[in-house]
Amino acid sequence: MPSTNTLDRTNYLNATKGFMSWFWTIDHKRLGLMYLWSVIACFILGGFYAMKIRLTLSGDVDFATQTAEQMNAYNNAFTVHGAVMIFLVIIPSIPAALGNFVVPLMLGTKDVAFPKLNRFSYHLWIIGAVLFVATLFIGNLDTGWTFYPPYSTGHTDPSVITAVLGAFILGFSSIFTGLNFIVTIHKMRPPEMTWFKMPLFLWAIYATALIQILATPVIGISLLLILVEKTMQIGIFTPELGGDPVFFQHLFWFYSHPAVYIMILPGMGVMSELIATFCRKSIFGYKSIALASIAIAIFSFIVWGHHMFVSGQSELMSVIFSALTFSVAVPSAIKVFNWIATMYKGSIAFTTPMLYGMSIIWLFGIGGLTGLFLATLGTDVYFHDTYFVVAHFHYVMVGSALFGFLGGIFYWWPKMYGVVVDNMASKIACLLAFVGFNMTFMPQFIGGSKGMPRRYAAYGESAGFDGYNEASTLGSMVLMTGLVLALGSLLVSLKNGKKSPANPWGGVTLEWQTPSPPPEHNFEIDPPVVGDPYDMTLVEWKGEEEGFLPVNPRADAPCVADVKPSA
Amino acid sequence: MIPVALLPTLLQHTQEDFWFPTQAARDASLVDELYYFIFYVSLFAFIAIVLATAIFAVKFRRSKVGLVPEDSPHHSTSIEIVWSVIPSLFMVAMFWYGFQDFVATKQIPDNAYEIQVKAKKWDWKFVYPEGVESFGGNIDMNDGGEGMVVPLGRTISVRMESADVLHSFSIPNFRVKMDVVPGRYTYLWFIPTELGEYPLYCTEYCGTRHSRMLGKVVVKSEEDYAVWLEDQVIDLATLPPAEAGFEVWKKNGCAACHSTAGVNGIGPFLNNRYGTTETLTDGTSVTVDDNYIRESILDPNVKVVAGFSPVMTSFAGQLNDDEISYLIAYLKSLNE
Ligand code: HEM
Ligand SMILES: [Cu+2]
Repeated sequence: MPSTNTLDRTNYLNATKGFMSWFWTIDHKRLGLMYLWSVIACFILGGFYAMKIRLTLSGDVDFATQTAEQMNAYNNAFTVHGAVMIFLVIIPSIPAALGNFVVPLMLGTKDVAFPKLNRFSYHLWIIGAVLFVATLFIGNLDTGWTFYPPYSTGHTDPSVITAVLGAFILGFSSIFTGLNFIVTIHKMRPPEMTWFKMPLFLWAIYATALIQILATPVIGISLLLILVEKTMQIGIFTPELGGDPVFFQHLFWFYSHPAVYIMILPGMGVMSELIATFCRKSIFGYKSIALASIAIAIFSFIVWGHHMFVSGQSELMSVIFSALTFSVAVPSAIKVFNWIATMYKGSIAFTTPMLYGMSIIWLFGIGGLTGLFLATLGTDVYFHDTYFVVAHFHYVMVGSALFGFLGGIFYWWPKMYGVVVDNMASKIACLLAFVGFNMTFMPQFIGGSKGMPRRYAAYGESAGFDGYNEASTLGSMVLMTGLVLALGSLLVSLKNGKKSPANPWGGVTLEWQTPSPPPEHNFEIDPPVVGDPYDMTLVEWKGEEEGFLPVNPRADAPCVADVKPSA
Repeated sequence: MIPVALLPTLLQHTQEDFWFPTQAARDASLVDELYYFIFYVSLFAFIAIVLATAIFAVKFRRSKVGLVPEDSPHHSTSIEIVWSVIPSLFMVAMFWYGFQDFVATKQIPDNAYEIQVKAKKWDWKFVYPEGVESFGGNIDMNDGGEGMVVPLGRTISVRMESADVLHSFSIPNFRVKMDVVPGRYTYLWFIPTELGEYPLYCTEYCGTRHSRMLGKVVVKSEEDYAVWLEDQVIDLATLPPAEAGFEVWKKNGCAACHSTAGVNGIGPFLNNRYGTTETLTDGTSVTVDDNYIRESILDPNVKVVAGFSPVMTSFAGQLNDDEISYLIAYLKSLNE
């Protein structure tokens, strides 16, 4: 029996051709892929600056002879690295790239609710990204990704303006994407798919979208205020002009704390899909994971002040924010326990995506637990603005969010390109990334507890931090090797990858019921069978060629019965 | 509650250890004890996570159990309550101890000895109640400063202000940190308990030389401190002008940006500079004479030497006419 998965079938990739068929597309799958490659490009850019940071710190320059230009170059490097990685990589990674590709498929629909708005979001994103990248050429952006005034408004060069405009436009892209997902999830679920029959990835995307539309306008306004102050000398944040610099920090973190959950919630969503599929078991505690996503989204709005314990905000506020911060930690912990419980009595397959998934359990464990040290007032005063914080947020943003992104890419790659990447190279890549990651950031925890301040272009010898920096740089080389290998294994598969059946892994969510890659309009029958998203008995293994197939297929389901080459 | 019962055994760590720099102030131990409490709770949780995943991964691997796992529950309200409530209790304890310590370290005692810290890009200046001043003091930078000198065992409060952007005042050995915010005063306090010298860092990013905004804190015995204070009271009028100028130079941290050894830093080096002709950023040139030096101190960014950025802050209001004259004499004396 011929399989349904060959690329010669007409699918969304080969249905139309030419630049405009991609650039002007409203197909959520193509938009998802364009986001994916744009994000990867930005990741390479951000990674380049990361290596520049590491090489500077591990002794390229000498503390005594480092010139002002070299210091500026370093300050520029950590700013560009942070800003690109946050605004152009982690924030759009899962929601915009994977979310766009997967959400309508998981819902069994043809597209998102507003396909043209979706295209507009992508074009806005490109404009924002271009402005951002332009700052690299017009000046020496050196404010840190946090843009704190009065430094950003009165003491540094004009590239702040393009950067801030870029971030402003990116914000709109993010808001529109969130809006689109919220409407799509509310309005386009198949009738049988009640809220509590929805895959957890959708819950996570939904919770993320709530944050995107509620928090992003605030950063938009704050950044505009920076522009107003910088260009028109209207005093908002600068004391000499009658402003208050701490006010900016409130505005900034009112967005940027929720934003860290824009980064991690989708990663947790991917994680829930991975763990269920690769344990071939219903996810443990479905409802509590779903509700934890919503709880996190809500609580994330009331903890921002934990970034400001030493800023001069009132002590009472600090106390309240500390208490509230723990309220976010509880639902995060619950998720981790649920994932582990899912492994119990499962049938665990160590595929490439699952290796990323298992890494996340450990790395998010460390990232989350170290968050407790920072949520606690007495200890945060000591750790604030040291490398302890740097290590903490890399464990959550790289170790959890980025690994979730990578796990998601490998998981849905068969759906995107019709080929499976699950071989020695891709597994070794994950292992290298895991080991390298820990080598890079574990020493930073120790340096941080020794008092090592962040955003320093060099450390004097007497400070005694050189060892941590060298270890960290060594680790970053291993990490980079792993990531390059991972990307390489994906690229190679595009040429001669192993063809994928509709459902190579045994997922039960709807996207696995359509051929890989899907046809232009996602499903050949409409709508596909909707069952419990984690009832693994609904599919059974039929061998390499056919992958997993539904146990009780509908008679008219073409991806099960036979192939109708559709064109 | 369990955490409380465990506390004493968990808190054996004092002094220098793997994680922290030595404790040199009374309340430093509060931070460390709290840290170790959270650390051991977290370590326990982490080991449990790692063990559980590792054991499950081995026991329930697909190559062993096959494709269809045996039946197991999909949720369990009692287990879920247990693993929500127990961590929450520990978190309540963390919050509570953190809150207690925070409040304790925030209330400045009435009888404190107040040193003023004046932060600007990129140096620290310390002003003592006796009217004496000192600055900087980083060992690796060799900036000539004496650092912030404090008497052992006395309660010291620090009142901080910034002339330009945000800075943050951090002494890891004392476990204290507070942002220095332009436009308002911020405070912190400590009781130094160990003689010695301890690094001081700026921990809020403040521009090009953020990483050089360093200093040290020197803890002296009461007697040594009294002697030191006395030594600082220099009557400039009794010194030859060039030497008086050198004192002014040191006190105001000019060396943070200007070398007197012939290498350019943030600003041009200033030895052999008097009397030379400099090209300015606008292409015109100027002779380094008394008036130019005076202008450069009071209104530094009007005439900037080509190749440098207008980053120097004005010293107007900080230096009086006499002091400026002494500085001019000092710079003159640097011509060979
Ligand atoms: C278990 C939950 C978490 C807790 C309790 C927690 C707590 C904290 C606290 C209190 C700080 C402020 C530390 C300081 O600046 O002194 C902080 C910083 C940070 N956290 Fe978390 N966090 C958690 C999870 C996350 C997650 C999931 C992410 C992102 C995916 C994240 C990203 C960050 C970032 C980016 C910063 C530093 C921002 C900066 O200063 O540049 N955190 N965290
Ligand atoms: Cu936060």
